Amino acid sequence: MVRYIFKRILMMIPVVLGISFIIFFTMNLTPGDAAISLAGDSATPETIEAIREELGLNGPLVVRYMRYLWNVLHGNFGNSYNNGQPVVTEIMARFPYTFRLAVFSTLFACLLGIPIGIISAVKQYSVLDTSMVGLALVLTSLPGFFIGLLLILVFSVYLGLLPMIGMSTLAEHIMPCMAAGTGTFASMVRMTRSTMLEVIRQDYVRTARAKGVPERKVIFKHSLKNALLPVVTAIGLQLGMAMGGSIAIEQLFSIPGLGQLTVTAIRQKDIPVAMACIMMTAIMISLANLIVDILYYFIDPRLKAQFAKRKKAAT
Amino acid sequence: MPEKLLDIKNLRVVYKTDNDLIYAVNGVDLSLEKGEVLGLVGETGAGKSTIALSIMKLLPAKVGSITDGSITFDNKNLIDASEADMRAIRGNDISMIFSDPMSSLNPLLTVGDQIAEVIEMHEFDLSSGEIRKKVDDMLELVGIPHSRKHEYPHQFSGGMRQRIVIAMALACNPRLILADEPTTALDVTIQAQVLKTMNELKEKMDTAMILITHDLGVVAQMCDTVAIVYAGEIIEYGTAEMIFEGKDHHPYTVGLFNSIPDIKSKARRLSPIDGLMPDPAQLPKGCRFAERCRYCRDVCREKEPGTHIFDDGHMIKCFLFERKEAIGRR
Repeated sequence: MVRYIFKRILMMIPVVLGISFIIFFTMNLTPGDAAISLAGDSATPETIEAIREELGLNGPLVVRYMRYLWNVLHGNFGNSYNNGQPVVTEIMARFPYTFRLAVFSTLFACLLGIPIGIISAVKQYSVLDTSMVGLALVLTSLPGFFIGLLLILVFSVYLGLLPMIGMSTLAEHIMPCMAAGTGTFASMVRMTRSTMLEVIRQDYVRTARAKGVPERKVIFKHSLKNALLPVVTAIGLQLGMAMGGSIAIEQLFSIPGLGQLTVTAIRQKDIPVAMACIMMTAIMISLANLIVDILYYFIDPRLKAQFAKRKKAAT
Repeated sequence: MPEKLLDIKNLRVVYKTDNDLIYAVNGVDLSLEKGEVLGLVGETGAGKSTIALSIMKLLPAKVGSITDGSITFDNKNLIDASEADMRAIRGNDISMIFSDPMSSLNPLLTVGDQIAEVIEMHEFDLSSGEIRKKVDDMLELVGIPHSRKHEYPHQFSGGMRQRIVIAMALACNPRLILADEPTTALDVTIQAQVLKTMNELKEKMDTAMILITHDLGVVAQMCDTVAIVYAGEIIEYGTAEMIFEGKDHHPYTVGLFNSIPDIKSKARRLSPIDGLMPDPAQLPKGCRFAERCRYCRDVCREKEPGTHIFDDGHMIKCFLFERKEAIGRR
């Protein structure tokens, strides 16, 4: 198992390298010049040239890419073109917000979505089931920022219960996390319901009933674990994606998160910042996938056997 | 008179789908004594498994329902029994062996846990140590080393899984086992092995059994009595000797036997029964076998045949024998 994790982490290196390559070249080859936008409209060609020299924008692209990688390997992600701050400082200031938003919104979606999905499946075609499936359909179709707007309207404007902007105090977390998590919540409901419905029709569930196992135990012991396998995958992916930041929610609630930073950096051709942000997102998604695979290993004994086999083959 | 363990009277089961009603079981009478092995024989879709599921009251919820009849087990009416009562009976007094060993074990639980569960459910006075001991015993009983109880279903072969299912069904010494095609999914060598195990266990524990199969060889090997099921009814019933050796048979039974290859006979071709079973959503008015029967007369299409019971208890539901009886009387 340790070997496997180690191997998977090693496999992330080519992924990140590939992504850095693609981003670096697209950023540099697309129209626009960081030096010009920094220097301003009234700058003389000499000033622009000086800035270019200072930022290291001269020289062949490949050499610049290599130099960038070399620096990164030494822990130096460069400084922002925009304000001269080290990229690491810039990201670390924003990452906690994005991290909290991602974790809490996913948590909200799972803690609410999975139980509702289970109840819906167990009481299929009941009033509760039909209304929940309907609600989930509506919520999947609505973008997060729109839900956010509705929440602001109700809880801040009319009721005056919750603060409209920021994400520092506990109360300030509620609306952004709900807005960001609603889509995930809806897909959790739908997914848990459908996998659960599939599992409770399986032969081994009938076997459990034939043993005289009470319904509660049939659901929680025999069905749930089997049904949650695909749901775990979806949660992992969702969490990974959310770690990249959500520009709409951040904008709406004025949260200084990674999403805004990424978009601004790309727009301003702030290559070091954009590179770091996007690579960070890639690493987060890879890590989330890895965690899902590790979880699978603990849930599904069939995978354990595969690892054992691989180990035997290796020795 | 020996005590009746199970008595089914006029059982009718209907499956409701979006479009129509499917008449799966249409007035089945069956009874079983202690220690008796009854074979339910018939082609796919005849309603054999439905009968077994009705006894367990495990028909698919909201789709299948018992519309008429009574099921009495050990003087208890199962039709009116509450869900809690049924739970106490399932796995304890009546247990079921399902046909597909590949899918009838939970892939995420160890086989030991799955066997232990049924014991925990029904034998409350056992300590956890005693339960563990019993799980070991059950596994050894079906020929699986108890050291493998911590393994998961995917680590066993099909035959072993089926024996685990059997161990699970036998764990609480049930008085009735419903074996729904226990050997169909297995290859022939393992079939023999599983049947041998079941036979030994039956003898050891004196349990009654309903063996559902379409394999007449298995029936000959295992059963005391045989009921031939066609389109949701029992069309012939008798002891194994009557069915296998006797002269009088329902035309369907004759067809069934003619479709088995026989090494000794010189016939160059098998003679299968032509046609298909009637659509259970639209059953014909008269005899259900009329369309495929070579003795079919006008009366067969108009009226349902009555059941004719010979003096030795052999039952056949066909007009051919009603007439014979009339002739005999004259």
